[in-house]
Amino acid sequence: MNQQPSLEYPPPKIGQRQLRLLARLCQACAVSGDEGEVRAIVLEQIRPLADKVWVDAIGNVLAIREGRGQPRLRVMLAAHMDEVGFMLTSDEGKGFYRFEVVGGVDVSHLPGKAVYIGRDHIPGVIGTKPVHLVKGDELRQRIPLESLRIDVGPSNDKRVKIGDRATFATPFTRLGPSLRAKALDDRLGVAALIELFRHAPANIDLLAAFTVQEEVGLRGAKVAAYALEPHLAIVLDSTPANDLPSWDAPRCFSPSDFRENARYNTRLGAGPAIYVADYATLSDPRLVRLFIETAESHRLPYQIRQPGGGGTDAGAIHKQREGIPSVSVSTPTRYLHTAASLARLEDWSNLIALVHAVLCALSPQVLSVER
Amino acid sequence: MKALINKLVETAGPSGYEAQIRQTIRALIEPWADELSVDNLGNLIARFGNPSPQGRNIMLAAHMDEIGIVATHIDARGFIRFIPVGGLRPQSLPGGRVRFLSGVVGVIGIEQKPPEGGAPKFADLFIDVGASRKEDCPIKVGDFAVMERDFIDLGERLVAKAMDDRIGVAILIETLRRLKEGRMAIPHQVYFVFSAQEEVGLRGATTAAFGINPELGLAIDVTSCGDTPKGPRMAVELGKGPAIKVRDQGMIADARLVSWMVATAERIGVDYQMEVLEHGGTDAHAIQLTRAGVPAGCLSIPCRYIHTPSEMVDLRDVRQAVELLLALLSTTVEL
Repeated sequence: MNQQPSLEYPPPKIGQRQLRLLARLCQACAVSGDEGEVRAIVLEQIRPLADKVWVDAIGNVLAIREGRGQPRLRVMLAAHMDEVGFMLTSDEGKGFYRFEVVGGVDVSHLPGKAVYIGRDHIPGVIGTKPVHLVKGDELRQRIPLESLRIDVGPSNDKRVKIGDRATFATPFTRLGPSLRAKALDDRLGVAALIELFRHAPANIDLLAAFTVQEEVGLRGAKVAAYALEPHLAIVLDSTPANDLPSWDAPRCFSPSDFRENARYNTRLGAGPAIYVADYATLSDPRLVRLFIETAESHRLPYQIRQPGGGGTDAGAIHKQREGIPSVSVSTPTRYLHTAASLARLEDWSNLIALVHAVLCALSPQVLSVER
Repeated sequence: MKALINKLVETAGPSGYEAQIRQTIRALIEPWADELSVDNLGNLIARFGNPSPQGRNIMLAAHMDEIGIVATHIDARGFIRFIPVGGLRPQSLPGGRVRFLSGVVGVIGIEQKPPEGGAPKFADLFIDVGASRKEDCPIKVGDFAVMERDFIDLGERLVAKAMDDRIGVAILIETLRRLKEGRMAIPHQVYFVFSAQEEVGLRGATTAAFGINPELGLAIDVTSCGDTPKGPRMAVELGKGPAIKVRDQGMIADARLVSWMVATAERIGVDYQMEVLEHGGTDAHAIQLTRAGVPAGCLSIPCRYIHTPSEMVDLRDVRQAVELLLALLSTTVEL
């Protein structure tokens, strides 16, 4: 009876099975407000593991895996299921649809992109004028959203309707050490959370929140955190890596002036990105410290995401009830919110290893000191 | 009160990293509070008094955080790039100094720009802590700093960084001291909240108000003045008494509380002015929208040059705010 439960829990291993699941998740269509396709995959994966699992009123999947022994922290892990995309708003006949963007999408990326629409993945294309017909300075002009249409063809127009969501039709692909896909933001987080749930250490109660509507204002996380009432929260997300040569650096004024990219946000291959401050959250310093110390003691790479704009579900979570100590950790990802984003597989597996190590290290003492 | 204000403004407390200022405040109020606690976001909460049938559960909030900066990049030559934490304006910074929480002090430099360059942006600014290589720079990405600027005593007028809102903190501390040392009997149970993260979106007050679940809330914060050359069009002046807020961008003050405050000020004969603020908001906004809603208002201290390293207040406004607050807490309020 006196035997203490072992705190050595094997970390998740990332292999073909995890990558196949990530690919399935990335290729699902789950634009904010219509997350059903990803939710079905999450439920299928989580149900056999959970002590309790339910879908709340707004569509979040909430699942609890209880630990053993006392005292235990209730730890919320959140990843958002939704992705940015499009919504059909007007049927103009012959398979042409007007559309709006959902979430943060730069319209200048859209002309000429293949898309698929709705739960049946009806293929379509965001049409644009071919270069043969472009005249004069038309090339230099931005094409406004009002001029763009999704073209599904005249036979498919019975199979889509106004209100349907659409996403980029990008297949998931391995590029050597990298992964290229749409919606890596935040299927990387969703797939990581599934693995962490599968390998939940028993020193904590793991409260998983697969949230909806993050991309339109952290809406799902708000009610999820209220319902789960955790002691602390860790958000798993993706964050831009702008680690490219700084082509647009100002011209040199003197020999001592040099071009250095000072706004990379994060860098691919430099490890999971720990948040200190973004627009929505000032991470709990105790949790930032724990992440850094754990990474160093486990010899796992990490980087501090450059403080700046943007936000994660932590922005909603930390303000719920009497306040919830929160931190975010992201997989650095290039070309976020475009048709094809790119992440490094080792950053993702290191994120999972780091969060797992942090979960194993969590005890009520972490919060016994003041923030 | 000058010594108290001096001590408060010279202690660092950027949003999210309020540990130092919280420790300073706690050491001051420990003898006077009935109960002290620190919540998950780092709000310091002092309870005074007990509930009575005529009394209310009152939350008073003055935020202890101040605007600051956080390091985003250290370049190869040891210069630090940064972004603001809270509503700083870049034009007020070049030539100024910052102090990191570790104590390291640096100066803010600005890139040379072509003559037609226009107003500076944060991306044009950097901090120099005297390092000549990245490896020698004692600052890491994610380190926080506040403005470094001495407190100046101009007689009745006081100038310092972080008057927003250490002047509110000073008023709450002085009010609590007078209640305790004057053995004043009040009908209310009062929660003095020294709130965190106000400057980044009233975050501390949001969770503190949820936890306290008050019947009435008042923020004590600074407000702008219209009495400087080509200043904002605003009928608040320095030295004309504390201002009773009618509205700002985030809140329409509860009319019953406005009347209570006006009637009490008239009764005890302190100066006051009515405040209608076009922009900005205070912790009262967060309190008002807590749970099922809380009647909320705000007692403001007129302040010039807000969110610069040299914020100016008038001590007469401060003293009268304390008197008004003591009188308010001594009377019942009809809701």
